[in-house]
Order: sequence, then structure tokens, then C-alpha cells
Amino acid sequence: MITLGKALNHGLRRALEDDPKVVIMGEDVGKLGGVFRITDALQKDFGEDRVIDTPLAEAGIIGTAVGLAIRGYRPVCEIQFDGFVFPAYNQIVAQVAKMHYRSKGKVRLPLVIRIPFGGGIGAVEHHSESPEAYFAHTPGLKVVTCANPADAYTMIQQAIATDDPVIFFEPKRRYWEKGEVDLDAPLTGAFPLHSARVARPGSDATVLAYGPMVRVALDAATAAAEDGRELEVIDLRSLSPIDYPAIFESVRRTGRAVVVHEAPGNVGLGAEIAARITEECFYSLEAPVLRVTGYDTPYPAARIEEEYLPDLDRVLDAVDRSFGW
Amino acid sequence: MAKGESVAGSDIPAGGFVQLLTPDGERIDTVTTADGTTYSVDFTDEEYRGLYRDLVTVRRLDSEAVALQRQGELGIWASLLGQEAAQVGSGRALRPQDMAFPTYREHGVLYCRGIDPIMPFGLFRGVDQGGWDPNEFKFNTYTIVIGSQTLHATGYAMGVTMDGKTGSADGEAVIAYFGDGATSQGEVNESFVWSGVFNAPIVFFCQNNQYAISEPLERQTRVPLYQRAGGYGFPGIRVDGNDVLATYAVTRAALDNARNGQGPTLIEAYTYRMGAHTSSDDPTRYRNGSEVEAWKAKDPISRLKAFLSKQKIAKKDFFAEVDASAQAQALHLRERVLEMPDPQPVTLFDNVYPNGSPEIDAQRAAFAEYQASFEGSAH
Repeated sequence: MITLGKALNHGLRRALEDDPKVVIMGEDVGKLGGVFRITDALQKDFGEDRVIDTPLAEAGIIGTAVGLAIRGYRPVCEIQFDGFVFPAYNQIVAQVAKMHYRSKGKVRLPLVIRIPFGGGIGAVEHHSESPEAYFAHTPGLKVVTCANPADAYTMIQQAIATDDPVIFFEPKRRYWEKGEVDLDAPLTGAFPLHSARVARPGSDATVLAYGPMVRVALDAATAAAEDGRELEVIDLRSLSPIDYPAIFESVRRTGRAVVVHEAPGNVGLGAEIAARITEECFYSLEAPVLRVTGYDTPYPAARIEEEYLPDLDRVLDAVDRSFGW
Repeated sequence: MAKGESVAGSDIPAGGFVQLLTPDGERIDTVTTADGTTYSVDFTDEEYRGLYRDLVTVRRLDSEAVALQRQGELGIWASLLGQEAAQVGSGRALRPQDMAFPTYREHGVLYCRGIDPIMPFGLFRGVDQGGWDPNEFKFNTYTIVIGSQTLHATGYAMGVTMDGKTGSADGEAVIAYFGDGATSQGEVNESFVWSGVFNAPIVFFCQNNQYAISEPLERQTRVPLYQRAGGYGFPGIRVDGNDVLATYAVTRAALDNARNGQGPTLIEAYTYRMGAHTSSDDPTRYRNGSEVEAWKAKDPISRLKAFLSKQKIAKKDFFAEVDASAQAQALHLRERVLEMPDPQPVTLFDNVYPNGSPEIDAQRAAFAEYQASFEGSAH
């Protein structure tokens, strides 16, 4: 059993071992090992040229990673916190996402941008945000997030190995949760990076979640089972592209869908997913697709963040409303 | 008392800095820099004692905050330990009409502005995100994303010019605080460009505390930071940031230049972050104890105390009284922090838009109804 954070550390280590072109860059990723210790001891073992403490400038981290990628490297960039990505937003949206298209496919940017995201750790402003929709909305980027240690270990390696630029969201409040991880499992034949996974099978309603909310959805399913309701929990894992066939298959069986995310609901991923389900599964639906999300406010002060974050009760409340339709 | 040039020495950064009070408490009467500017201070005994009181008080309040964080009463704290002189010197150099744009560590500047020290504790306790009015206190809200506030300060300073409030001794000036790490940010460099182009009445006050979390200064720059100013077309000067007198003199002169219409100055206050970056940080992972010990010998408070003693400006009973007063203020602060109520959850919907929003109002109402549904249950 290792933590999700340690699983990421192992995955990064293996990527550094497997491909000499992989470099890690970010603020405090070297000697300190990152503020969450995700890159712990990697600089010691792979050197300062491969695990690079960068100047404090997010646009610089991503912009130089683009140049390194053009030169044939596979940069893995760390943005220290979700709310700090925005100085780099121009580079990511205007450059990283478009370079392949602009060059008629001649330039590939196999870079990974790791971003710890989400709330629930009692932090100050800018340290608890869920900006995934900004990136999922941008054509040319792939966006993924892991919810457990085993996926963390595999998905970070897959993200590094793919030729797409990948925004890799890490559920920071789950960094310390433990799970079984097979550190010797080969990447070849691993569960595909952009596939959703049924985290808990069920027949009465489908709960769609990702990243930190998968744990909440699973807990809600456990509670619902005590009341005789079998919820199917799907861990989306990939936010762009989204594995719609897996979602549609489930919703056609259950007839009900609830989407859960921490990000504000307005123009969030839940809205897109609800629209797609409505378009494709209309005759199977027993109720409208419901969303359980953060509110349409800035992320609040830490002492009331638990009221802002979707929790077990709010998920069950949505399930009740779906059944009450 | 000696006259000097910008001092140099084995434990002083290459290029020297302005120093008016040595670590041993020796007073240097005046300092003339290479460009011919002479710096000095002309304090009364009472003013000297006041600076000492400021330094001791802000350190004591800071240590109380560190303790409160360790006891779980604050979510996080960004300690100013070691940077008291940089903050008190620059903070006391401000005139009442001047505007300050802090980072999240300028508790000492806040104190010197005459602001109740409780003000930033809501942010660190997690009951709010600041919540004060920058214009009321001439002190902007704490800014957490590194370097962002330098552009805000520049825009504010442009407004001062547009309002015709520069060009005289009673004009307004603006001070922007940031650290060595921030100088790498594009936005900080943009603020230098804008301030230069628009001749903004601003002082860029960089507390070079040698570390951006774990990364030493060398990871941010190849040249001394104050020299960057030349490329943007305004003067840069380095001051001993552990010397409250020199920091006061240099900042006061730069602010007066700004208010008189002479444009921006970059001040690099050369200092050291004696503690962790924040309470979440563990500096033992990236720096050694001997370095910290060497900086302890340059402590901003002990040197002023030595000076006051030698010059017989203050005696034991004064120092004891200052300590007791700081202690009382710290305990009072503690009591008030512990009494800070948690916000009502429904307030998270407040202040999203200046004139409200039907959409937010609907969410607030639904939230209240949902919360009420648990009343009387075991939830």
C-alpha cells in the first residue's frame, strides 16, 4: 500500500529511468522535492539537468518546455497549485494547444503539465481551485485526472509517453490516501489513459465523478446501498476527451445520471456531459441529468469550504431528486 | 561617527549596500553612493526608541502567530522573522498619503501604517480572504499570487499622476512590495516597463530574503537585483535590509523622488528569511544551519539595541518595558484571534458581484433551504 502522492513519485521515477529525454521542471521540485514531495529525491538520483528547479515564473516554465519539446525533450512541468497556473495560461492555450495544428502536424509537444487541484485542505486563496474546464474547453489539449494510487502510477507514465500535450490534474486532498499499486506492471496493455472506469457497478443510477470526487461518489454509493439503491460510480479519469461510450452504456442501463465535480457548475464539465447524455440517451432517461458541483462563487474561505464542496449528502440528495422525478 | 560609501566587506554582497548601522551597532553618519546621493537619518532619541519598539513589537506579534498556527488556530502563517527592519524601515518611511501594495508577509508594514494587527488574521485563520478596504487603510489587500500586485501598484501610481498628485513635496507616492522570487515573473517585469514608460510615482521595494521557498537567489538572477532597474530606465539601489535606519533613509528618499515627479526607484533590501517560507515549509531540507547562524549575527533588533545602549539613548528599564508591552499586545492579539467567529456558510454567496445576481441569489436560497433540511436531524 502506498499513497497517491508516492505512486506519482514512483511513476515519475520510472519515466525518468525509461526515457532519457524526460525532464521534470518546476518551482521547488529539486532539493525540496516539491511542496507536496511528489518529486521527492528525484533530483538527487537523476541530477539537476533532469529535475530542474526553475525560476519563479509559470509562463516561463511552460514556454521553455515548449522549446525543449520542439528540441526533442519530454518535459514534465509542475505548477505548484491550481491557482498559480494562470500566468502560464497564455502559453498553454495559445501555444501548447495549437502548435501541432499550426505546423500541420510537424511539431508534436509531448509535454505534461501537472497541476495539484481541488480543495478540502484548509488552504488560503488560490490553493483550492478546480480550473479543469478552461483546459478541457481548449482544442488541442488532453486533460486527465487520477483518483487512486494505482491510476496515479500508471496514468502519469501514460501521459508522459503520449505525444499529446496533457494537463494532468492531481487530486491534492487525496495525495495521502493509500492503495495497492503494482510497481512492476508494464505500461503496454495497461488500461487506456482516456478510458473511463466503473469504480463501483450498480443498476439504479449512474454517478459520474473524477479526481477528488470519486471518493465522495463511492461513499455515497455505499450509503445508498444501505437504503437499497445500487449506484454505479464511473470514474471519468479523462476529461478531454471524455469516454462517452462508457457513460452512455451505463446511463442506458440505469436511466439516471448525476454528475459530480468541485468546480462551479456554470459552464462546467457537468453541463457538457449532461448535454451529451441528453442527446444520446434521451429515450433511456427517467429523469433529467442532475449536477452536484461547487457553487458559482469564487472558492470560499477555508472555514466554510466544506459547505462549498460536494459531499456525500449532496450526492444522495441529487440521487433522491432523480428518483423523485 | 564615520562617513562612508556604500559599504563592502567579506559578509556583504558584491557591489555593497547602503548601511547606516552595522551589525555591531556602530552608527555610520552618512553614506554617499556612486551616483553622488547621500543618505542619512536625523532621528531624535524618541524616534530611535520608537523604531526599536516597532521592531520588537512586530517580531513578538509574529511569533505569537507562529504559535497560533502550530496550535491549530491558524491554517497557515507567513512569518516575517528576520525581515523586521526592512518592513519597519520602509513602513515608517511612508507618509500618510502614500499607498502600499503588500504581498502576504508585510505584517510589519501593516503595523507601521497604524493598522490594527488583527486585520490579516482572518485570512490566515481561514474565516475570510482579507476583506479590508485598501483605500481606507492606504494598504492593499494581501496578494498571494506572486508578483501580481506590482502591476496593480503601477496602475494606481499612474492614477496618482493622472490626478495631478505628484510634483510637490506633499504629493503622493506608491510602494510595491515583492520578493526576490517575484522578480522572475513576467508581470513584475511588465510593471517595471510600465512604470518607466509612464514615469509612475512608485517605489519597488524588493525584500531579497535570499529564498523563494527552497530556491536560492541564484535561481532567479545572474545580476544583483537592484541592477535590473537600469535596463528599465530608472535607478536601483541596494540597502542593508537588516538596518532599519538605512532602509528608512533609502525608502524615504525614493518615495520623495516619486512624489516630486521623478519617477520610479527599485530598492533591493538585502535581508534573510530566518524562518520557513510559511508554516507549511521545512527549510531544513534545503539550507544548512550555519547559514542561518551567520545571518543571526546580523539581526536587525540586536544591532539597534546595541546602538541605543552605547549611545545611552535607552537603558535596561526601557528595553524591559518594550518587551512587556509587546508581550501584552501579543497576548491580547491571541485572545482576539481565538474569538474570531467562523463565518456563516451562507455568506459564501456574498460579494460575488457588486450589485448582486439573480442566479447567485437563487443558489443562495436553495443552499439555505438545503441547510435547513438538516435542522433537527443528527447531521
